[in-house]
Amino acid sequence: MKIGAPREIFEGENRVAMTPDSALQLQKLGHSCVIEAGAGIKAGFSDASYQKAGVEIVNTAADLFAAADVVVKVRGPEMSEVERLRQGQTLISFFWPAQNPELLEAAKDRGATVVAMDMVPRISRAQKMDALSSMANIAGYRAVIEAGNNFGRFFTGQVTAAGKVPPAKVLIVGAGVAGLAAIGTAVSLGAIVNAFDVRPEVAEQIESMGANFVFLEFEASQDGAATGGYAAPSSPEFREKQLAKFRELAPDMDIVITTALIPGRPAPKLWTEDMVAMMKPGSVIVDLAAERGGNCDLTVPDEKIVTENGVTIVGYTDFPSRMAAQASTLYSTNIRHMLTDLTPKKDGVINHNMEDDVIRGATVAHQGAVTYPPPPPKVAAIAAAKPKEKPKELTPEEKRAQEAAAFKAETRNQFILLGVGGALILLAGLFAPASFMSHFIVFVLSCFVGFQVIWNVSHSLHTPLMAVTNAISSIIILGALMQIGSGSFLVIVLAALSVFMAGINIFGGFMVTRRMLAMFQKS
Amino acid sequence: MEYGFTTAAYVVAAVLFILSLGGLSGQESAKRAVWYGIVGMALAVAATLYGPGAGYWWLSALLIAVGGALGWGVAQRVQMTEMPQLVAAMHSLVGLAAVFIGYNTQIEMAGIAALQAAGDADALTALSGFAHKIAEKSGAAIAILRVETFLGVFIGAVTFTGSVIAYGKLAGKVDGKAKKLPGGHLLNAAAAAISVVLLVVYLQNGSSLALIIMTVAALFIGYHLIMGIGGADMPVVVSMLNSYSGWAAAAIGFSLSNDLLIVVGALVGSSGAILSYIMCKAMNRSFISVILGGFGGTTGPAMEVTGEQIAIDADGVAAALNDADSVIIIPGYGMAVAQAQQSVSELTRKLRAKGKNVRFAIHPVAGRLPGHMNVLLAEAKVPYDIVLEMDEINEDFPETDVAIVIGSNDIVNPAAQEDANSPIAGMPVLECWKAKQVFVSKRGQGTGYSGIENPLFYKENTRMFYGDAKKSIDALLPMIE
Repeated sequence: MKIGAPREIFEGENRVAMTPDSALQLQKLGHSCVIEAGAGIKAGFSDASYQKAGVEIVNTAADLFAAADVVVKVRGPEMSEVERLRQGQTLISFFWPAQNPELLEAAKDRGATVVAMDMVPRISRAQKMDALSSMANIAGYRAVIEAGNNFGRFFTGQVTAAGKVPPAKVLIVGAGVAGLAAIGTAVSLGAIVNAFDVRPEVAEQIESMGANFVFLEFEASQDGAATGGYAAPSSPEFREKQLAKFRELAPDMDIVITTALIPGRPAPKLWTEDMVAMMKPGSVIVDLAAERGGNCDLTVPDEKIVTENGVTIVGYTDFPSRMAAQASTLYSTNIRHMLTDLTPKKDGVINHNMEDDVIRGATVAHQGAVTYPPPPPKVAAIAAAKPKEKPKELTPEEKRAQEAAAFKAETRNQFILLGVGGALILLAGLFAPASFMSHFIVFVLSCFVGFQVIWNVSHSLHTPLMAVTNAISSIIILGALMQIGSGSFLVIVLAALSVFMAGINIFGGFMVTRRMLAMFQKS
Repeated sequence: MEYGFTTAAYVVAAVLFILSLGGLSGQESAKRAVWYGIVGMALAVAATLYGPGAGYWWLSALLIAVGGALGWGVAQRVQMTEMPQLVAAMHSLVGLAAVFIGYNTQIEMAGIAALQAAGDADALTALSGFAHKIAEKSGAAIAILRVETFLGVFIGAVTFTGSVIAYGKLAGKVDGKAKKLPGGHLLNAAAAAISVVLLVVYLQNGSSLALIIMTVAALFIGYHLIMGIGGADMPVVVSMLNSYSGWAAAAIGFSLSNDLLIVVGALVGSSGAILSYIMCKAMNRSFISVILGGFGGTTGPAMEVTGEQIAIDADGVAAALNDADSVIIIPGYGMAVAQAQQSVSELTRKLRAKGKNVRFAIHPVAGRLPGHMNVLLAEAKVPYDIVLEMDEINEDFPETDVAIVIGSNDIVNPAAQEDANSPIAGMPVLECWKAKQVFVSKRGQGTGYSGIENPLFYKENTRMFYGDAKKSIDALLPMIE
């Protein structure tokens, strides 16, 4: 099959859907590649470099659409481009089928297959073709750079001979891919970063990137996993709480980067006019949601404005395109992975397997029919977060009752033990002579003392403990010493042997203990 | 008068012994504590030699001197890695001494019974010392004396053969694997039953034959019981034998009516019992299952271990160590076998000199003796304040850059937590796999002492550093810059 990438016709779009590198990889799948002359220029890829990679170059878009079996693009197609599609041809690009129903209809009518990169389901297997994430990553990075460009100070705090520089304080609203990328960039530049998200489960991710999670005390936080990892609209009460928190933070923040988006809806207004008014002159707001109306009230899409109180609001919508070389590399890799899945046998034949979750999800028009929206994927996007088991807060009364019950149980156990033990000893006392009982008392008390003392021995000294108990258990020598003086020859021999062995033990045991203990040294 | 003095000396000695054990709660106080023990022992022996019942004191002193010299010599020469063997060997001596002393009591009793039967009043009054005491005992007291003697001999005999076998296993002279004669525990049970029957017989007529047959049975129990216990359970066995040697001393103390023997025997006995309990707890096994040998029955097939063991060379380990800020070293029996503690210490010194946070994590059952690893590391001059227990350090692994496992296996086996069917399921383990990178120094691909597959070796962040532990660490040393 022939894969073709036309020049992007959208005003200001610098990216390209195929790079020389990705063309080489596509050729390994058995495809051949074609590109419109000058398509990669703005992203830094010359026609010559494509030629070197074995890509055929055609002069016009019309020629390209005629030559290619699969057209790969970045931006969604314009009507003029859709009209160039033909029966059986495949278009792979961003498409936004929900927003562009008439384009979708037109593509269907022409019999073309459309694979929308923005419809790739969010499952682990499809991450390698998740162009939204790779573009968001770039947007997050670029947002920080853009903010820095418009911010008159350092990010990192410094104490220099020329005076002290406080670190910049950055607030990032929305910790999706773009938000996390922005956190990482801002943290590595040395700023103090705070981040907020309506999904409490991302707190861990935020903290892992080195930012503080702005914690919002709110009862019924939603479970973001149920919506495929994206945020869902929040209740008015929650929104009020959230805005109050932002108002509290606004005067302190030097840079605010908002990335809050809810799929299929205009961007939520989170940074109101009065918050902007509260900010210090020279502060910067970068609104990554500008394309969908912006998170900030004052955002003007595609423009950078300065408010009356000197706050710069950046509303660009083309952050990835501003880093065209990087964005094209990542996007073309996403496209290449999509084509790898579409070419399972690596023989240059596209097998559009509608049973495959990923391909089914991304395909919005196929064989003359609209296939959008797709059925829900068989694999859940993210394992549903287990509701955290909160230990129930006990009231003081309950606690006291519990303690009392535990105390009672303990007392009962001790009484039973003492009762049984006492009864046994009394029983023994009934039959045994008094002389035995006096020794028995000594024995029982010694066991008690032993138990109390040994529990305190530190773990690291267990070997010396064994050696020393070994040495003192040779106290048995006393028995031998008492017997050696009386009785027959046999008694003397046995007792003498015992004395001898115990002697070895006493000296050996104590010596080795001393040697060991002398070795324990503090650093 | 004399008797009173001896008793007073015994009281002082008993207090000193208690202080001696209590002092082991800290490394510094322990150095003082051992002197308490030495003084207590000297006092007890001196008082006994001086007190009633002792004769041939020159012979006793000579024997103590010769035995002491021998013990002293052994204690000076013994390698710290051989400590488990030494402790086991010493237990066997206590056990054997207990058997001999019990026999002596029997011989005395038999002799006096014969005299009493003959009605030889002169000879009876002429008796001195220990024999004199026995002669004064009433019928009930004699019965109790028989029980005590019987118990002392029984425990002593079990301790003796048990310790000899434990010594053989620890010294590598007897195969470390669990072995049982055909019949297994039935044989033990039979021997124990015979002993009980003999106790009854012995109580009736005090026959020496019954005592001797029982001794043989007890010797067999000691041998067979310990033969059936595998190498990995040795810490429990050694502390159990320690406990037995104490109980034997206590039983002998009863038979001789000597309170100091009873006190010390009880102290040692409870000490060993607590140690056994701690060791069992650390392996999440009941004492019974350890004694009966082998691991408890599994409830299902073990979890499949997937992945492969990825090897790494010294360069790679050194590079990771040079980059790391925090390192935790987990030593095991393999370190003792390879005598690698000096090299490990040198490695620690070098890493610490570079400002890295190096610590040691010691599992309660690492090695073949409770606290074995601590002693080895102390010998190699690793400061004890960086050697931590499992509970102290387990939570620090996630923040650790590099964990190095040197010759341990089961104590770092994640199957204990992840696989409910694993034979060691539920055993507390060191969670080293939570560290960013784990290096396992190991002789080759094989399972540990317990023969359980270790999924740690297959984890993504684990690299296998094959080879003799000492050689491996020595190879690392010059590369740590």
